[in-house]
Amino acid sequence: MSADDRYTRPAIALHWLIALMVVGGFAVGLYMTGLKVSPEKLQFYAWHKWSGITVLVLALVRIGWHLSHPVPAPLPGQPLWQLRAAHYTHLALYGLILVIPLSGWLYSSASGYPVVYLGIKALRLPDLVAKNKELATVLKEIHEWLNWTMAALVTVHVCAALKHHLIDRDGTLRRMLPR
Amino acid sequence: MRFRSIAALVALMGLVSAPAGFAAERAIDATKSSISAEFTQIGVPVNAPFKKFSGSVDLDPAKSAEARAHFDIDTASFDIGDDDYNAEVRKPEWFDSAKFPKASFVASGLKPTTPGNFEASGKLSLKGKTVELKVPVTAKTEAGLTTYSGTVSISRKAFAIGGAGWDDTVEDTVKIRFRIAVPAVG
Repeated sequence: MSADDRYTRPAIALHWLIALMVVGGFAVGLYMTGLKVSPEKLQFYAWHKWSGITVLVLALVRIGWHLSHPVPAPLPGQPLWQLRAAHYTHLALYGLILVIPLSGWLYSSASGYPVVYLGIKALRLPDLVAKNKELATVLKEIHEWLNWTMAALVTVHVCAALKHHLIDRDGTLRRMLPR
Repeated sequence: MRFRSIAALVALMGLVSAPAGFAAERAIDATKSSISAEFTQIGVPVNAPFKKFSGSVDLDPAKSAEARAHFDIDTASFDIGDDDYNAEVRKPEWFDSAKFPKASFVASGLKPTTPGNFEASGKLSLKGKTVELKVPVTAKTEAGLTTYSGTVSISRKAFAIGGAGWDDTVEDTVKIRFRIAVPAVG
């Protein structure tokens, strides 16, 4: 495997950073909604929103990087359906790391809670929509539904990576690992 | 005859009481008025309305120093937009709405500052505590309706609202925004 077959260092860093924040944000999201009203609950909501906005920014950087730095081609010897499945899963995951934070931001705006990044008042994000209870209910459903879709796709993505690594024993996973 | 004498008595009472009050005591038009509180949690400003309040404004524009106003605000009508949070804020730790169902603001005296703007002096009573307030007010008359609007900051701790456990999460300063509409005089 030549050096060209690897993902670039920034691509690897962005992949794992986003992975960490997506898994963390998802877990916090699941946990916080069940909590009783308390300062801790609000703190978890704040962390959840901050990680979501961080993912949104990192996703934009990553898409920019991807467009200017082509990714290595899939390793040879794979059936077409797998190449296609991988391509569309990657595409969907890219879309979701943009759309999920945006849906959360919209949901927060519609609920009447502006997003204040890191709690710094100068970093208060604009409200995307005005406060609207009915809209907030719909956006909550959408945000949840998108997240379960993401969870399913991440599961497929991880299983596929492990299949390449453990069954096919090719270099697919290794080229995304930091050296 | 009896009915007539009662009617006369009522009329007489009206005559007697009218000079005691001011000529222009006007009940607020609740549908065109709003009172809300904006609190800040982890840097996030949250503005929520009080859905139920009543009151009156007694103001002769020629004698603003003698202006009077009185508002009663239903603390259980504070609507954050979520049942869990609404239930929380009615608890003894916050408004204690069961024990203190009403907050009231009694204004006595209005000082003109700049054209159309005044400073109202009054007392805000909330959760058994009363604090003197100076409230900047902007008055505007349009289509037979006079609106008095403004924003005033208060300390929630001065009224023992919110337990100590919340101090790192919810800021002490709460902004009260109001827009009070009454029929215009004359």
